[in-house]
Amino acid sequence: MWAVSETLDLESFRAEARQSIAAATSTEGLRELATALMGKRSPLALFSRQLGTLGEAERKVLGQTLHAVRTELESELDERRTVLAEAELAAELESGKLDLTEFRPGMLPSPQGRGHLHVVTQTRDELEDVFVAMGFTVAEGPEVETDWYNFGALNIPPAHPARGMWDTFYLEVGESESTLLRTHTSPVQIHQMEVAVATGTLPLHAVMPGRCYRRDTPDARHLAVFHQIEGLVVDRGITFADLAGTIEAFTAAYFGPDIHSRLRPAYFPFTEPSAEFEITCTICHGQGCRTCSQTGWIELGGCGMVDPAVFAAVGIDPDEWTGFAFGFGIDRCAQMRHQISDMRALIENDVRFLRQF
Amino acid sequence: MRVPLSWLRDFAPFDGTPSELAATLDDLGLVVEAVEMIGEGLEDVVVSRVLEITAIEGADKIRRVLVDHGDGTVEVACGANNFAVGDLVPLAPVGAVLPGGFTIGQRKMRGMVSNGMLCSGRELELSDDHGGLLILEEGPTVVPGAPLMTALGLTRDVVFDVTVEANRPDAWCIAGVARDLAARLGLPFSEPAPVEPASSLRAGRPVDEVISVRVEDSELCPRFAAWAVEGVRVTDSPEWLARRLTLAGMRPINNVVDASNYVMLEWGQPSHPYDLDRLPGGGLLVRRAGAGETITTLDGVTRTLGRPGPGLGDTGQDCLIADAEGTGVGIAGIMGGASSQIDESTTRVLLEVAYFVPMAIARTSKRLVLRTEASARFERGCDPSGIDRAAERFFELLSLTAGEECVLATGKVDHRRDVPEPVRLPVRTSQINALLGTGFGSDEVVELLAPLGIVADGASDDPTVPLEVTVPTYRPDIRPAPMGEADIAEEVARTYGYSRLPRRSPSWPQPGRLSARQRDRRFVKEVLAGLGASEAWTPAFVTDADQMSAGVAPPYVAVANPLVEAERYLRASMAPGLLRALAYNLERRQGALRFFEVGKVFAPGVPDADGDPVASEGVDRVIETERVSMILAGDEDDAFAAVGAWQTLADALRLDDVRLVQNAGDGPCEGEVLHPHRKAIVVTGPEDATTVVGVLGEIHPALAQSFGVVAPDGRPRSLGWLDLDLGVLLDHDQVARRTVEARPVSRFPSSDIDLAFVVPESVAAGDVLDTLRTLGGDLLESVTLFDVFRGASMAEGERSLAFRLRFCSQEGTLTDEEIAGQRTVCIDEVGRRHGARLRQ
Repeated sequence: MWAVSETLDLESFRAEARQSIAAATSTEGLRELATALMGKRSPLALFSRQLGTLGEAERKVLGQTLHAVRTELESELDERRTVLAEAELAAELESGKLDLTEFRPGMLPSPQGRGHLHVVTQTRDELEDVFVAMGFTVAEGPEVETDWYNFGALNIPPAHPARGMWDTFYLEVGESESTLLRTHTSPVQIHQMEVAVATGTLPLHAVMPGRCYRRDTPDARHLAVFHQIEGLVVDRGITFADLAGTIEAFTAAYFGPDIHSRLRPAYFPFTEPSAEFEITCTICHGQGCRTCSQTGWIELGGCGMVDPAVFAAVGIDPDEWTGFAFGFGIDRCAQMRHQISDMRALIENDVRFLRQF
Repeated sequence: MRVPLSWLRDFAPFDGTPSELAATLDDLGLVVEAVEMIGEGLEDVVVSRVLEITAIEGADKIRRVLVDHGDGTVEVACGANNFAVGDLVPLAPVGAVLPGGFTIGQRKMRGMVSNGMLCSGRELELSDDHGGLLILEEGPTVVPGAPLMTALGLTRDVVFDVTVEANRPDAWCIAGVARDLAARLGLPFSEPAPVEPASSLRAGRPVDEVISVRVEDSELCPRFAAWAVEGVRVTDSPEWLARRLTLAGMRPINNVVDASNYVMLEWGQPSHPYDLDRLPGGGLLVRRAGAGETITTLDGVTRTLGRPGPGLGDTGQDCLIADAEGTGVGIAGIMGGASSQIDESTTRVLLEVAYFVPMAIARTSKRLVLRTEASARFERGCDPSGIDRAAERFFELLSLTAGEECVLATGKVDHRRDVPEPVRLPVRTSQINALLGTGFGSDEVVELLAPLGIVADGASDDPTVPLEVTVPTYRPDIRPAPMGEADIAEEVARTYGYSRLPRRSPSWPQPGRLSARQRDRRFVKEVLAGLGASEAWTPAFVTDADQMSAGVAPPYVAVANPLVEAERYLRASMAPGLLRALAYNLERRQGALRFFEVGKVFAPGVPDADGDPVASEGVDRVIETERVSMILAGDEDDAFAAVGAWQTLADALRLDDVRLVQNAGDGPCEGEVLHPHRKAIVVTGPEDATTVVGVLGEIHPALAQSFGVVAPDGRPRSLGWLDLDLGVLLDHDQVARRTVEARPVSRFPSSDIDLAFVVPESVAAGDVLDTLRTLGGDLLESVTLFDVFRGASMAEGERSLAFRLRFCSQEGTLTDEEIAGQRTVCIDEVGRRHGARLRQ
């Protein structure tokens, strides 16, 4: 391309080279051009070879200039290559243009088999069905919440030590720590009660399934993102006996008639009296095994009578209405039901796992 | 909290087996996580003296050891090297059962018979030391043949590992556990008898002459009491006391520090002893920390105080304990400083026993990420009335070892302002029964509360007449009226026993049901599963690279405290997650898959007119949308497969008037995910006010490649993509459904017309189809595109589209003329509207 001659000076080589790079029309052409400009037999290589014949001072000057030219050309080549590659890709994509409305019968290939609903979905659906049959509606709410709905209205004021019970993901939205990913489905209770009070539609009998977030490093028994289902009943004449009876009825309906429940005192800021509920170990059916630490019982969730402070937050008169609430993990139910040894299998999306359910 | 049974028995005569007691504690809400049997497996171990150590031929790991076990000698093979002839070591003879159930047998090793085992501290579960044998110190009871338990002064004990709920500071000590347990078991509860030999310290000069204490910050420190002793001998604690601390999980340090710790474990009241001679000015000043003031705590960390942290409600107010000259010596209620620690040279001690405002301690502790035994108790609320008892107990214990010279300064310094007083509240027995579903009489309620120290007066036959209830100050969890009534109900239930409370299956007239949206959501999932797609659950937290790859431009919703720093954004699209799921399975040789996911995606709230993010309730600050996304990666899957999946779903939901729009520029959530020339937006509604339901098409080949989803030969792979806004899709007001009214099926035969048009490439086949559908009117039963042809016989920029129209009438068989008429209309109109002509 370039006659290698004594008369070719570096400056005009540089100017011409830049022009040719700018004029290149394809990445293929550009590759050839790069070889011609900077390859072993290129003018640039020739200039380099001359270095040996020069005195030290001249060599230094020419050497630096050569390096600058080489660097400049390389970056010009790169830039041009990006532009051309994008254009070529765009052209290639355009040549593959399809009119998607030309769809015809047979263009949706038959699947190799039926797909599978996630085991957590199946568990959630079944739990919902059990509670619907018991007279509950199903309510949902946002996953991003304010401090008030997730904590304040649930009788957990700012800086309260009880907040340590929930490791919270805060969002960089609004005032610091004012917006968060809900740590439980309990905020849905607050929304439900607010709406019922505003519209005068008490009583309330609802379960609230949904995704929750806690800042815990995932392990075999915990995920940072998980699913919970809560229940809330606000009605006249509701007592702790109704709570215990509801838990027992649900336990038998979901886990089977030989699985029972028991309550023991616990602390939750939003219920009083509060309880943990345990069910007969589904592995050993109460005989005692490793899973239940020989006790015959497995802890499932928390429950209690709605705390008067929560009723106060939503404006429900505790002398007219009483209520209970309960909550437990959907993923944990799935884990127990199917004896899933490591919870993390639920989020791996390995189709060999998913297809089992 | 580790609770030794022997310590509990200082308060009440508990009997019953450890497992019975553990079950009772559980039923009280004092959950027993583990029961440790102390001394179990040590009964058979005796003290023995090493008489001879000889090498065994051919063995370099073990030696032959001859020991005297008091009743003769035995030979034992032993692998340890840390002992010499004359040492006393533990011997587990043949037949002994060690902790953990390991039985010692006679063993033949290297030609010798080993008659037992010499034990390390770890083998006996007495320590963690497994570097060699446990070498015993010679003593009056430590002689060959003596049982090891006697030699070490060990007694059998049981330690319950109890988890106390956060609202029960009173139960976070031996006394509190004992009180609850005694109440349930109907046993008398009493404070421990003074320790023998009971002695009280000699009284010295007035306390005011020994120490000065000023409290400037009585807002955060409502009560601060101090005592002083002089002439103290700092030495080891009595053996039994050190042993109890060890059992309870604390390391013995010296008699002064141990006494303070013992009182905290026993009564839940933290206290702090200072070396008075190391407090400049000879006393303390309690003040608010200045903004940015620093202090170096016992753990060697320099901490900055007095400035609010990011925590909601953090006022940045920290209470500081300073020496009398004002220099900080500790963070009140959390941790002391190193400068005034007690050591062997200490002779004069100032003891601080105080009550700090729980929320203040909680704030400071949370911000500094500094939790101590003391702070954990103060933040839950200590008993402001228990301060004097704690000090008395401290000096009683100290007197055992403090020496003859020790004198207790007369009196105490006690700065006291508004500390919590006993709560008094009216409690209606009727309301307790209304909450619990019980039928207690008010006298029963009184009796159930009394052993907890909760006094109820005014029992009456009328359950609506309130009891006058007085709650001791060690129960800060019980609130004043009106909330406190529920708290009292819980106490009644606990003492009575949750397991004895009645049960009832409630019922109400309102029916249970799923909402229409919930039913439809389930149905959508079923339809997609029917198309061979499995449901995935992909991460909610993604990187900014993921967001970019999904074609979503910043800003994103960011997590302030992510678990993994890079994954700090809430997903704006499920595409990266589903592509990753696909790649994960491809790597495991599970190809040819379809996946779908239904879940929330997140976007920042729309700024209001002033450009500020929407400032109302936080839920509006972030827009969360429920979407259903599906990726089709079957062997033959491509953009058309996605169209097919969409049509199946639309038909299953009986959607009316939804259509695909191509070349409409970038729709929402579309961006770079899709191949720019193989995509369409799913819309509904009139032309001038369309609603976007979602997008579909083929995944951009570069995107698929970047996630490693390629064909086995490394070539790009076509993947179908369908992504819909579930909220819009299932909203009947936005996306109309076909009428539910049944249309009778015609009893007359139908007639088909096949029409092949040459149509410019610029016209979408769907538009021609729509035209034909409109023209066909009521007589048209169905119209389908059944063939598309491009090739040499076609001009550039044109293709042939072949449609089959099926006509049928409710009134009678259609005549040839009628059919021909339809045909002509169709040909003319399609030609006129779309520049198409009938293919010859």
